[in-house]
Amino acid sequence: MSNIKAFVIKFKSLIGLIALCVIISIITPRFLNINNILNVLTQVSVNAIIAIGMSFVILTGGIDLSVGSILAISGAVAASIYIKTHSLFLALAVSIIIGALIGLINGALVSRGKIQPFIVTLATMTIFRGVTYVYTNGTPISGLLGKFSFIGNAKIIGIPFPVIITAIVFVITWYLINETRYGRYVYALGGNEDSARLSGINTEKIKTTVYLISGIAAAISGIIVTSRIGSASPNAGSGYELDAIAAVVLGGTSLSGGEGSITGTIIGAMIIGVLNNGLNLMNVSPFYQSIVKGLVILLAVLLDKKNKK
Amino acid sequence: MIKQPILEMINIKKSFPGVKALKGVNLRAYSGEVMALLGENGAGKSTLMKILSGVYKKDEGSIKINGKEVEIQGIKHAEELGVSIIHQELSLLSNLTIYENLFLGHEITSSMFKLNKNEMIKRTEELLKKFDFNISPKTLVKELTVGEMQMIEIIKATSKNSKIIVMDEPTTALTDVETKKLFEIIRQLKEQGVAIIYISHRMEEIYEICDRVTVLRDGEFIGEELLSNVDKEKLISMMVGRKLEEQFPYRKANLGDIALEVNNVCMGKKLKDISFKLRKGEILGIAGLMGSGRTELAKLIFGEYKKTGGEIFVEGKKVEIRSPKDAIESGIAYLSEDRKKEGLVLNLTVLHNMSLANLKRYEGRGFRINKEMELRDCEEYTKKLSIKTSSPYQIIKNLSGGNQQKVILAKWLLNSPNILIIDEPTRGIDVGAKKEIYELLNELKAQGKAIMMISSDMEEILGISDRIIVMHEGKISGELTREEANQETIMKYAVGITN
Ligand SMILES: Nc1ncnc2c1ncn2[C@@H]1O[C@H](COP(=O)(O)OP(=O)(O)OP(=O)(O)O)[C@@H](O)[C@H]1O
Ligand SMILES: [Mg+2]
Repeated sequence: MSNIKAFVIKFKSLIGLIALCVIISIITPRFLNINNILNVLTQVSVNAIIAIGMSFVILTGGIDLSVGSILAISGAVAASIYIKTHSLFLALAVSIIIGALIGLINGALVSRGKIQPFIVTLATMTIFRGVTYVYTNGTPISGLLGKFSFIGNAKIIGIPFPVIITAIVFVITWYLINETRYGRYVYALGGNEDSARLSGINTEKIKTTVYLISGIAAAISGIIVTSRIGSASPNAGSGYELDAIAAVVLGGTSLSGGEGSITGTIIGAMIIGVLNNGLNLMNVSPFYQSIVKGLVILLAVLLDKKNKK
Repeated sequence: MIKQPILEMINIKKSFPGVKALKGVNLRAYSGEVMALLGENGAGKSTLMKILSGVYKKDEGSIKINGKEVEIQGIKHAEELGVSIIHQELSLLSNLTIYENLFLGHEITSSMFKLNKNEMIKRTEELLKKFDFNISPKTLVKELTVGEMQMIEIIKATSKNSKIIVMDEPTTALTDVETKKLFEIIRQLKEQGVAIIYISHRMEEIYEICDRVTVLRDGEFIGEELLSNVDKEKLISMMVGRKLEEQFPYRKANLGDIALEVNNVCMGKKLKDISFKLRKGEILGIAGLMGSGRTELAKLIFGEYKKTGGEIFVEGKKVEIRSPKDAIESGIAYLSEDRKKEGLVLNLTVLHNMSLANLKRYEGRGFRINKEMELRDCEEYTKKLSIKTSSPYQIIKNLSGGNQQKVILAKWLLNSPNILIIDEPTRGIDVGAKKEIYELLNELKAQGKAIMMISSDMEEILGISDRIIVMHEGKISGELTREEANQETIMKYAVGITN
């Protein structure tokens, strides 16, 4: 009895995801269709990658609201460089470096400046949205063809390329968090900063680097989004931070830090993606979709709380 | 005439996943008396008291208060039944003030739900005065020392007019003066007919303040005795199930070179002109009252605090230690006196807590942690320090207080530093395990490690130090060899009477 309960608690997000899939496929048979599934996975990848980066930040007890703006600016920069130089490598490299730099700024302000993460990233979110508007003059940068559109649209042995990128990001970060010293330090820092520091951990460095990781993840998502649409919009990614946080929370990670997992986050992102897709297939109006999504998050957190007692 | 107990807990059983914490335990408490509750770390003392105070629900057994059987539903219900408890782990809200904590859940309101702050502050002032505690009720709890927080917990528990008060290791963080004050209060409470249940690992305290004793071992009930009928040896053998000889196994030091030299070190007003040397193969005891700057000195050497003057040499080389990380790299380790705040990461496992300061050495190819090696070390030290845990993967929060302390100690022993600074190392640790820890320290000493031991436990300082430094108000007020040292001279230096 208690074994079953422990099992349910451990795999609650996964069980939730499976239950959701079952319910949706009963209601609409169009759900369980290989094309639809691949479509869902592709749509999930952008949020999943951002949410993985976000997980690092949240595991340390922080939050990163600036991911949507990082996505926009790195998408815009990638697009404009690609159009000018036609060098895919240059476009991608600069774009990711910009994401990393903004992450570093966030990290430095949080760790050295000792300002609350919410406030720091609220400010950089606003600033870099503005920077994107200035950079793009407020109009989308379009006309992205050729190699650039490969990233978002190509398939390799039938698997959409964004899904492959997500898988790679997942494997790397999973390794980082579960197999290396760095991962342990992230958990320890989120659990008790004083104990972590007094155990010889350079807590400032760890705090800075989680925002760096989040910035890079947002930039990668920015490239995928831009490539998929074939243009970089200055509004791209606005509100994405909330979907990412929702994925992290649905995956069982605690907002107060120290507890959670990357695997959970991926499942959380899938739950949101499947829910969106299912509601679309059922022709539910977007207004109601938003209500349903909110309720699902509340329900998940409430169930989690009850289990912990 | 046989006295009727006000509280009877009969055949109480309680299991957690993988652990049978209580296997049928009895406990009685009598009005106007203090019942000591004794047992090794993990024996089940805190669990039993958490059942009484409504934190946990019992699996089996019955509880009678004033002869009437009760089913305790929760914390509030226990309080209504007249039970209050001072928990082993502090449970104050650190971002609130003292008076807000004292009246938490019992706030005084005037009209229209408006809080009557002035009244609460006034009453808090009165309570604080009763304890000769000179501090503003509006002080934030996070600004207090551990000892002061403990005093607030005690004041909180005694202010509720309870019939039964449980004190789970109340003195671990108290100064001698504070402890004396606590005992005065306990005597007053006894006169008022309150029944007290008192948990402690300090034998002297038990004999000073308690009337009867109940002993648990491994979740079993061993017996209840009048304290006047049992001597210390008997009690210890009831607790550990065997005779314990020589509580302080001293071994003669084999002194080596100087490991650590501190020259004229200052830190603002907290530390003034501190100079001393620590040799390899030596245990240097640091005595002094709480607040005398001992912990500050330790943390300064460890790089957690910055010095404002002076020099530090490690193995003859001048060092600038800027962070705990630097210190560990120079071969210095520091065990904090405050395990919950500065030692543990509560939501991590025993294994991950123990390896936290030592991960570098498990790092293999691809920066991958060698988990087999990590586990092997953890199991070795779990055995060495007889840590009671259901598995290395148990969340450390679920260990008993003493066992948590052992894990943190293991973390630093595993680090195998050349200079080991330990701050109240045996806080909350039972008599049997204490001796094992002293043996381990002796072993380290024999290996040529230098050990600096801060302790408020006079017997411990006198029992295993090779040399003793006494601190008073941020200065070294005296230095004694093992032969010279005794309780009186240490106390004299500690309160600042020199010559
Ligand atoms: N919440 C919990 N989950 C799992 N095991 C627990 C939990 N609480 C206590 N235990 C286990 O129950 C046993 C008894 O613990 P308890 O805290 O009562 O010991 P104790 O006698 O108070 O020891 P100490 O002197 O170290 O404080 C221990 O083995 C402990 O690991
Ligand atoms: Mg206990």
